[in-house]
Amino acid sequence: MTGPDLIPASAAPADPWTVGGVTLQSRILLGTSRYPSLQSLLDSVDASGTEMVTVAVRRIDLAGDGESLLDALRRSPRPLHLLPNTAGCLTAREAILTAQLAREALDTNLIKLEVIGDDGSRRPTLYPDAVELLRAAGELVADGFEVFAYCGDDPVTARKLRDAGCAAVMPLAAPIGSGMGLVNPYALALIRDLLLDVPLVVDAGLGTASDAAQAMELGYDGVLLNTAVSGAQHPAAMARAFGLATRAGRLAWGAGRIPTRTFATASTPDTGRIGT
Amino acid sequence: MARIVLNGAPRDVPDGLTVEALLQHVGRDPAMPGVAVAVGDRVVRRTEWPATPVAEGDRVEVITAAQGG
Repeated sequence: MTGPDLIPASAAPADPWTVGGVTLQSRILLGTSRYPSLQSLLDSVDASGTEMVTVAVRRIDLAGDGESLLDALRRSPRPLHLLPNTAGCLTAREAILTAQLAREALDTNLIKLEVIGDDGSRRPTLYPDAVELLRAAGELVADGFEVFAYCGDDPVTARKLRDAGCAAVMPLAAPIGSGMGLVNPYALALIRDLLLDVPLVVDAGLGTASDAAQAMELGYDGVLLNTAVSGAQHPAAMARAFGLATRAGRLAWGAGRIPTRTFATASTPDTGRIGT
Repeated sequence: MARIVLNGAPRDVPDGLTVEALLQHVGRDPAMPGVAVAVGDRVVRRTEWPATPVAEGDRVEVITAAQGG
């Protein structure tokens, strides 16, 4: 990437990345759920700078009229790539059929693979079921999908997803919708250190803009978030903050941070101080 | 009449409908974009809608994109 000293403060440096065969400028993948209105969603999409949004696959409302999500997203001033998800699926079988329906409906081979291991209790974690996830990932890759795999922050599962041919490996920062930020930055850093040859995206659990900056400072290629924006008091403003934070974090990562030290090191040299 | 399960709900429909005719029967335009259909556990490609019959006992899913994270 370009050295920070060459970048005018007013200009956004070109910093493209490629994931699932798609080249993006923005490092944000944005969810489309739980906004106060479709207009709020569109404003947030615009403010974040995202070029890829996630959508769910759900039964059509046979009696429904009104503007559909797809109609609304077509009003975006920027063309958007759709990343359909398999949210709510509990087995590889469900996830695979959902992915195949998404491909048929939306004419895309991109899929955000979620296979959740919850037992339906009233205390959900929405943690992935690693066994079903790996099974589904292997079958979907073989079926020609570009799989964006939502996973835990376990380096072994992450590696197996990479080995299965996933387009992106997406460990969680914290449980979906929890807003806790990076609860285990050590594990996320370890995954990055071990997996240099696959796009890594921190998915789920972000709460505010600095969480995205932190993820990017660990060397992640992008962040995927929803509730932190859609649930904010001012979603579009938060979306803008996330857009700036991912750029800031990415720049800081490329700039090469100083090592941490236990003791102080004077920034002002002692030479010439009176009284010496 | 044939009893099918359409998007999770039992429904009586005329005998001999194709997937395309079923969509018309429930008031949806088969040409609308962003829609996919599965019968049982098999996705029925859009090009196959005019020729794929819906039979007694079939579970039919008609989906589209919805808000999701």
